[in-house]
Amino acid sequence: MRRLLLIAVPYLWLLALFLVPFIIVLKISLSDIALAIPPYTPTLDFAAGWAGIKAFFAGLDFENFIWLTEDDLYWKAYLSSLTIALISTVLTLMIGYPIAYGMARAPGEWRPTLMMLIILPFWTSFLIRVYSWMGILSQEGFLNQFLLWTGIINEPLIILNTKIAVYIGIVYTYLPFMILPIYAALDRLDESLIEAAEDLGCSRLSAFWLITVPLSKNGIAAGCFLVFIPALGEFVIPSLLGGSGTLMIGKVLWEEFFSNRDWPVASAVAIVLLLLLVIPIVLFQRNQQKQAEAEQ
Amino acid sequence: MTFKSLSLTAVLALGASAVQAEEVRVYNWSDYIDEELLAKFEAETGIDLIYDVFDSNEVLETKMLAGGSGYDVVVPSGTFLQRQISAGAFQKLDMSKLPNHKNMWDVVEKRTAQYDPDNAYSINYMWGTTGIGVNVGKVTELLGEDAPIDSWALVFDPANMEKLAGCGVHFLDAPAEMIPAALKYIGEDPDSQDPDVIAKAEGVYMAVRPYIQKFHSSEYINGLANGDICVAVGWSGDVLQARDRAAEADNGVEIAYHAPKEGAQMWFDQMAIPVDAPNPDAAHKFLNFIMDAQNMAAASNYVYYANGNLASQEFLVEDVIGDPAIYPDAATLENLFTTRPYPAKVQRVVTRLWTKIKSGT
Repeated sequence: MRRLLLIAVPYLWLLALFLVPFIIVLKISLSDIALAIPPYTPTLDFAAGWAGIKAFFAGLDFENFIWLTEDDLYWKAYLSSLTIALISTVLTLMIGYPIAYGMARAPGEWRPTLMMLIILPFWTSFLIRVYSWMGILSQEGFLNQFLLWTGIINEPLIILNTKIAVYIGIVYTYLPFMILPIYAALDRLDESLIEAAEDLGCSRLSAFWLITVPLSKNGIAAGCFLVFIPALGEFVIPSLLGGSGTLMIGKVLWEEFFSNRDWPVASAVAIVLLLLLVIPIVLFQRNQQKQAEAEQ
Repeated sequence: MTFKSLSLTAVLALGASAVQAEEVRVYNWSDYIDEELLAKFEAETGIDLIYDVFDSNEVLETKMLAGGSGYDVVVPSGTFLQRQISAGAFQKLDMSKLPNHKNMWDVVEKRTAQYDPDNAYSINYMWGTTGIGVNVGKVTELLGEDAPIDSWALVFDPANMEKLAGCGVHFLDAPAEMIPAALKYIGEDPDSQDPDVIAKAEGVYMAVRPYIQKFHSSEYINGLANGDICVAVGWSGDVLQARDRAAEADNGVEIAYHAPKEGAQMWFDQMAIPVDAPNPDAAHKFLNFIMDAQNMAAASNYVYYANGNLASQEFLVEDVIGDPAIYPDAATLENLFTTRPYPAKVQRVVTRLWTKIKSGT
């Protein structure tokens, strides 16, 4: 009985916070647009009894999903989001790994402070932090002022409202999510393994590639998923820092929802996005499971 | 905190919410009111005013169509108002609660009646035009003294835009206003609902697309004022606010607004009460307060938009009533056009075209 209860809690959580909203969105994606409150039809009419339920199911179809395949906007937006998320993840890894490595190698008494410094930015609202990047990157911003002052450039660089600004925003925002799991993995690394490798004739560099990297790969995988998944559906960063040319699925979804008032198509876009995300999430889950098993 | 004081605070909080004063929730455009008016309303009526802002009709419409927005007063523009009325989003105004309605201006009411027949659901808050704001110094430096700052050619002629691109050009992210502007520029009917005619706007935008820095509906106010950008297609009063902020900052930036001579769109922002407003009574009080001649004049004097309140005109400062960019003369008024809402199918064409224009896809 106790065991059952213990299992029931996470499943209820999943049911209430994932499955129920998913079914609602799925239902809307099978509906048709209407000028009403809410702006789609059919809605379930319990008062009409069985006939109402029958009419409800008769009104559902896959038209909106077919629509997604007919206009090249959607797959281009998915593809562009995937590319941006992928490049951002690689960049975040390249910056995050050395930082995590440095933290793990730092003297023990420094580590809590270093950890604090990584977490500190979360104390400020995410929106304010993205807004301040606008101040830094704009043509009259700090970065350009500084570069002009040092004489490195003569003309202000146009960074804000370009893809570069989006990458900067995503890498900056998600960097802690990359550093923390990698740090956790490196922190647990048994240093005697590296000493052994060096004793056996490994250079420091090859010891790093042969011992450190493989032993931290679980941390790398966790970090990559934690960055990739939210970056794929990102809406705030591209709309604040990106230019109008930055096509991302989050923005397309917004347009469907707000400009076209087409909740059904917007829901269809969301369902496809979710399916795209389920694959990396399942991979992540399996990776975590393997890690847990390996530790037992 | 001990458990005792914690529970005490909880009890106090509960008690406070039980005797809470009456509330009215207003959802209006950003930078669109003199905040002192809000305090004045609270002082006069004793009603707590909760004031939120938005910067696009689309966001407001989505909230209205979702229902249960919790707002008592909202401010959609004409075409959006019309569609939301047919969706059943608003309640009819109770004129017996609006004695100040006698102050309204028939010239404006005649035009708003095409969106809201008999003006049964809404009152006009402000109206204005969609035109071009320029940083006069920078633009004349780049295009010469005879730069066409009063023509759509400034922003739709690639030859001009190529030179302006370096100093920053922003366009409104509002297809329902930008597509008609482009159609007007090439001599088509700006109010066309024919997809083939609407498609002609694409060519106009694609030619200048590389030179447009951003499509955004509120950033340009600060952008123009700070000198970050030098041209913006924007709303009359917003550009004039930028002009004022620049003058206050004394940063050498001089901003001017023009409703282009080829013809500019005239729009109306209407205050209406959602059908499910929690406190329609307080909402009527707010509308009546806004329609007071002096209050309305204070709002216009602050935001540099014309209003639909005839009685307020004697309280308007010369800067507002005397500025043809705000209260156009008869000849300019002739040249302004209005548009009807797009039906759902045409709306999809317009949004798709706009996405294509913005993203190149």
